[in-house]
Amino acid sequence: MTDFLPTLLTLASEPVAAQVGPVGFAALKEVSLSAPLAAWLIPGLPMLGAVLAVLMAIGGVKSKLPAWTTVLCLAGSFAVTLWLYLQMRDAGAAYTTVKLFDWISFDYLPGKAFVANFSLYIDQLTCLWMLFVTGLAACIALYASEYMSHDVGPGYCRFFFAFCLFVFSMACLVMGDNLLLLYLGWEGVGLCSYLLIGYFYAKPSAVAAAKKAFIINRIGDLGLALGIMLTFVHFGTIQFAELLPKVEQYVALATSGNLAAVPASVQWIAVLFTLAAFGKSAQLPLYVWLPDAMEGPTPVSALIHAATMVTAGVYLVARTMPLFQCGAVTVPPDAWVLPGLVVPALDIVVWGGALTALLAATIGMAQFDIKRIMAYSTVSQLGFMFVGVGLASSYAGAFHVFTHAFFKATLFLSCGAVMHGFGGQLDLRKLSGVMWMKGWLVVGLAMLVGCLNLAGFPFTAGFFSKDVILAEAFSNPHQRVVAWILLVTAGLTAYYTFRVFFRVFLGPKSFEPGDEAHGHNDAHGHDDRAHDGAGHGHGAKGEHGAKGEHGAKGEHGVGEKGAHGAHDQAFQPHAPGWAINLVLAVLAIGSLVAAYAYPTKWVKGLVEKSSAAAVDLTGSAAHAPATLLGMDPHEIMYYVSAGVGAVGILVAFFLHYLGRKTAATSRADAIKLGALQRGAQHKWYVDEFYDATVRVPLKVLAHVLHFLDKVLVDGLVNLAGLLPRGLGMSLRPSQGGELHGYALAMACGIAVLALVALFSLV
Amino acid sequence: MIDTTFGVALTLGQFTLGQFTLGQGDLPAPMSGITLYHYLFTASTMFVLGLIGFLTRRNLIVMFLSTELMFQAAGIALIAFGRFHMNQTGDAFVIFVLTVAAAEAALALALIVLLFRRKETLDGQAWASMKG
Repeated sequence: MTDFLPTLLTLASEPVAAQVGPVGFAALKEVSLSAPLAAWLIPGLPMLGAVLAVLMAIGGVKSKLPAWTTVLCLAGSFAVTLWLYLQMRDAGAAYTTVKLFDWISFDYLPGKAFVANFSLYIDQLTCLWMLFVTGLAACIALYASEYMSHDVGPGYCRFFFAFCLFVFSMACLVMGDNLLLLYLGWEGVGLCSYLLIGYFYAKPSAVAAAKKAFIINRIGDLGLALGIMLTFVHFGTIQFAELLPKVEQYVALATSGNLAAVPASVQWIAVLFTLAAFGKSAQLPLYVWLPDAMEGPTPVSALIHAATMVTAGVYLVARTMPLFQCGAVTVPPDAWVLPGLVVPALDIVVWGGALTALLAATIGMAQFDIKRIMAYSTVSQLGFMFVGVGLASSYAGAFHVFTHAFFKATLFLSCGAVMHGFGGQLDLRKLSGVMWMKGWLVVGLAMLVGCLNLAGFPFTAGFFSKDVILAEAFSNPHQRVVAWILLVTAGLTAYYTFRVFFRVFLGPKSFEPGDEAHGHNDAHGHDDRAHDGAGHGHGAKGEHGAKGEHGAKGEHGVGEKGAHGAHDQAFQPHAPGWAINLVLAVLAIGSLVAAYAYPTKWVKGLVEKSSAAAVDLTGSAAHAPATLLGMDPHEIMYYVSAGVGAVGILVAFFLHYLGRKTAATSRADAIKLGALQRGAQHKWYVDEFYDATVRVPLKVLAHVLHFLDKVLVDGLVNLAGLLPRGLGMSLRPSQGGELHGYALAMACGIAVLALVALFSLV
Repeated sequence: MIDTTFGVALTLGQFTLGQFTLGQGDLPAPMSGITLYHYLFTASTMFVLGLIGFLTRRNLIVMFLSTELMFQAAGIALIAFGRFHMNQTGDAFVIFVLTVAAAEAALALALIVLLFRRKETLDGQAWASMKG
């Protein structure tokens, strides 16, 4: 840290570099890799892992083999990504495309082709994203090998199949050279998310959460589909390498303040993409699925719902930054409401992100389920990232994505270790002093590192990446309100983060096991075997607090499960094994080391040498950069945000560490804010609001339509059926069942025919 | 008697099939006394007898015999027409009809045996359970 400070201070005083020459895609030159097809190993190896998992499921493998093949495949994928990164780093500001095979490629008119091939577009932004996606996926797969060990068998194979398929889809999303391949990956990660949230399919809440995630994502995906169609209709191509140069003319219009000259169909693309990004990345108004997605196994929450998939929206904005720079909602001047109003797409992104950040942080403050707190924190941090990219600074957004991936994975995996060890207990009121129990130090330290990062403690990676966003916001004269919202949110974040830490990991040792400790819940899979320390390789059973503390249950017995019964006495938390500890240690160290990406400008260099680098819209002479407290925001933000973070941590310290010495597992929060607190605890009733405004009207409509269907459509069909039925009824009596009756009728018929023949012949 | 019968047949035949009397060739010399009408009269008599038998008898076997009678009546008519037109179409057709009739007889008798076993009676009236 000693040589770190001077570097940092020189950086701070560095003036904002004026942009010279071409920016973004125009500045890239096309290069070719030394072994281009090897790049296909990045999505290919996870696919291989998925296939192997399926084969093992068919073969009935009942060991941890699927986990090891998955870890190997993902580690291989990471190694190839590293090779790719080194190649691209040497190439500098460059891009390359690697075609595997023709997927969709045809002429719909003579000379006009629709091309969407299995082809990769690789520049430095791709490398950045794939590095942390594959790296984290390999780590988390190793963690999951232990975490999911209670499910060894078909469930284990199923888990790692979806896990591998997810990484494959994510690779398609990030590396695809056209929007359709991106869309394939986008839907693929959504599918895997659905499969993994609903992993415990016998549990109704998990199934409901999976459906909720899938359905809400459909709304966003509609935006993406429409956006891609519009792109093709206007530009005649959806391949990035052809599309991005074509957008440049419109960006030039937008930067010269002539946004109105950009065709409306181009303006709308970015707006539709915003919808897609907000759905996938859980932003207002589509964020409600992410907290519920915590029903999935924790490794899934860490990888998909914190580190990688939910950043796909940020990636989409960064990748199509030129489109966003010329995107807007323009109300026609003759409209009766808000005539002539122009809302740039990036402003929608900024405001959506800022409001989500604040809202999610306030909800996170009042939750008791530690995984949910982390989920709301993810939503909130995603808001920060969107503000970053929305300020046309892909660097700020991507840097926060990068650091957040590390520390949020660390946080989730720490929470998961606690959940795993304490029989599914996630209530922060029922756990205390976990860090001091035997075998839990690594988890505690990893949690501390994660919390410091999330809270923006000085010189952590999270501190720098958050500061970049805050500084960008404060230096933009149009976004002062957003900047202040984010600053307040940063303080709230520090508070709720350390609320968890002080309650669960520090303080007197005490715990109440979760309801899975009884081992009868097959849906959740924790059977007795999983908690049998000796048979499971967790040599030392964690010691826990004085038994007497269980006696205090009566005073806080308002819990969901009133009767824990005699099982509590037998329950021993089992400390995490080597795999969980190793992964936590690696990720914690990773999130500390990620801080060096700031002074060394590693991420900045990567983003600015990619197509995501944005043309500066605000730094032009028309607007002088805004100041904060009379200084350049880039300079002062370190102190301001460090101060705000410290205040948050101190408040948490007083309320949840010093303030609860008497009642170690006190139910109540130390402060009572009445309705405000209740509102936040109930997630501001957003779910109920959606229920009343969307679900119930739709349900009523469905019933009305069902009624109409019954009466009108079915009525017509039944009428058509009634006709032959009536005819049959009238003819039925003629079937007397008498053989001679039929014969006589036949004879009479013949006689009639004979007579007719006779008289017609004569 | 025979002459009277032929006379009736001739009259009826001329009345019903008068258009076939001329210009269609005639029966060969040894049978010149017997015309197409005699054959048709025999055939129709057999057919009507069969029909009456079928309508009036309740025994399944007799009813079946009656249908055979009607079958053979049709066969006679076909052969007579074939001879009348001086071609083998009718003969060929009758060969087929006979074959089918033989197969059908085997089938029908087997069915009658089964039906008898089921109800211990050959009465056709016993099988009225399919009435509408």
